[in-house]
Amino acid sequence: MLVIDWAIFIEKLVLIISVVSGSLVIAMYSTYMERKVAAVLQDRRGPSRAGPFGILQPLADGLKLFFKEEIIPSFSSKFLFILGPCLAMLTAMMIGAVIPWGNKVHLFGRDISLQIADINIGVLYIFGVVSMGVYGIMIGGWASNNKFSLLGAMRASSQIISYELAMGISLIALLMVTGTLSLKEMVGGQMDHWWNIFKQPLGFLIFLVCAFAECNRTPFDLAEAENELVGGYHTEYSSMKLGFYLFAEYINMFLSSAVMVSLFFGGYDIPFVNDVNLAQNIGINWAAILQGLCLFGKIVSFLFLFMWVRWTIPRFRYDQLMNLGWKILIPMALFNMIVTGGLILLKQNNWHF
Amino acid sequence: MEVTQILFWFLSVLAVGAAIGVVLSKSPIYSVLWLIVVFFSISGHYILMNAQFLAIVNIIVYAGAIMVLFLFVIMLMNLNADAEPAKNKYLKFAGVIAGMCLMIVLVAALAESSDIKVSLARGSDVGLIKNLGRSLFTTYVIPFEISSILFLSAMVGAVVIGKKDEQKQVNP
Amino acid sequence: MQALTNKVEVVSRKPMTWWERMYLPAILKGMAITFSHIFKKNPTINYPEKTRPFSPVFRGLQILNRDEEGREKCTACGLCAVACPAEAITMEAAERQPGEEHLYKEEKYAAKYEINMLRCIFCGFCEEACPKDAVYLSETFAPSNFQRKGFIYGKDDLLIPHPVNEPEAFAKARGSRAKNPEGHGNEH
Repeated sequence: MLVIDWAIFIEKLVLIISVVSGSLVIAMYSTYMERKVAAVLQDRRGPSRAGPFGILQPLADGLKLFFKEEIIPSFSSKFLFILGPCLAMLTAMMIGAVIPWGNKVHLFGRDISLQIADINIGVLYIFGVVSMGVYGIMIGGWASNNKFSLLGAMRASSQIISYELAMGISLIALLMVTGTLSLKEMVGGQMDHWWNIFKQPLGFLIFLVCAFAECNRTPFDLAEAENELVGGYHTEYSSMKLGFYLFAEYINMFLSSAVMVSLFFGGYDIPFVNDVNLAQNIGINWAAILQGLCLFGKIVSFLFLFMWVRWTIPRFRYDQLMNLGWKILIPMALFNMIVTGGLILLKQNNWHF
Repeated sequence: MEVTQILFWFLSVLAVGAAIGVVLSKSPIYSVLWLIVVFFSISGHYILMNAQFLAIVNIIVYAGAIMVLFLFVIMLMNLNADAEPAKNKYLKFAGVIAGMCLMIVLVAALAESSDIKVSLARGSDVGLIKNLGRSLFTTYVIPFEISSILFLSAMVGAVVIGKKDEQKQVNP
Repeated sequence: MQALTNKVEVVSRKPMTWWERMYLPAILKGMAITFSHIFKKNPTINYPEKTRPFSPVFRGLQILNRDEEGREKCTACGLCAVACPAEAITMEAAERQPGEEHLYKEEKYAAKYEINMLRCIFCGFCEEACPKDAVYLSETFAPSNFQRKGFIYGKDDLLIPHPVNEPEAFAKARGSRAKNPEGHGNEH
């Protein structure tokens, strides 16, 4: 007999649906935010026609993408051509499963944890999903049967593989400090203590740079350098399939901001406030809402950072990109790891050699 | 049937089916994609056996890095079904025999060994990352370190090969 | 070589110092510059709702003027057509019949008055040539059109709205470039 705890099933289902739709909406509005931030940084106005302050602009863009003609190149593999954007979207969404969106809420007589899956290999899971993200781009670029798409796909995948290494090594130092791979425990360790950014500033810097590279954001957006590659890996794509690729980029950006906040900036911790006391004073649910807002604020400021950098720094050249990844970031990450390990050993030895 | 049993059968069928797909598909790209599916279903098996670390490392290393490199090379060489040279009939025959032999050896080895079944019993926490790390760095520390030196030497070798090419290009 | 202007800046090709090779300070400097632009006043205006003021010498589409009673001022003398360097203006004269005094100011009027806006170079010579202040250049420009014949403006396109019957449209169309706002005589 199948035995399923229906309450948990429904609880997780609701959580999954809300996280997925939430990240979709946020991705939609980060396109709007991107255009507004670009406008403000360049002394312009940005979208202002659709609705008040152009607030309906993402809907208009989405509608436009939906009604565009769907073109599938005749010499491409049709199945892979469609699989590409689906994979990109899927892998972008999957990171959301391990991020703790809040502590817990008390509803219907149950304590509901605001995390879809608290697995004890959370950080590794993120790496697994990120390394899967290459496939969407590669398959799409190859299936287009276009040399510029293929070049874009090659650039993207080699870049992502190269920067994944430095990212992983920079995180090892963090893992040595926190002693856990579960994101929930990591956030818990930062609650009402020093955030990990103060313990691992160099590690954070390396992680940040690698996150920019993993998301294909400027200054590492060589995969979609339109002045060199026509459009990049999505040259042949049109309509909603193109929309999926663009969407996946923004979802990636949103979720990698969430990961960075969880790893280094205390996740849903409210700064300068004792969260446990707060939960006792105003109730678990209200505390969870406040913590969620706090997490959201941190994520939005990271999104702003992503955009701010995009509208400031020009694109790297390809050899510069590879030099930075292999010759600077990886040695720096290794150095960071060794120093951290040495300090931890010293501390265990009560600061005696 | 329990949920784990359903999952086991599903993953097994998926793994075997995808493996057949690897062999049968005409285009090497599809072969690689099928292989990725195989890796995923095997990772699923690892999770069923409570070996989360192994499962995720399998995905990161094999499906995420090595298969990407495979795809990379195949895509750049632009191999397709037409470019494949016609193979010798006897060569095919020899391949079938060799494959059969390997399978017989594997099946025999699995049938002979009785202690595998014990260690695969569900509910053991050996596969969890904490226990795995502890046993790797205590009981099996020497083989572990030796294999890491092996990897290091392989890396150095790769760098040396890369350097040699560069010098040739400078002074032809 | 001697520099021609004092704006020359010699590019330094020195190898970067250690501080410059750090790269991060330069990035932070750039980001500070872009951030400071958040607080700058932006020069954009919401175009269709708000327009920039035209310069006083701007010359746009021609307008055939009426006097304050709404009578057409043009007498079809043809001076504008003669003055026109692009030969964009054609007209046909007609004599005012008894009972049409409320339509035309003088005894002779233009039955047909056409300006080809594709030929017109908006030099304003017609305005200068006109002895009756009947034609002047306004502050609008020709909207786009799919066909060439859409650019040949007839009298119904050029004539200003009636000042008595449609005072609002008249005030809007007249603009600020009309000489003698009261419509009396010629001050030149």
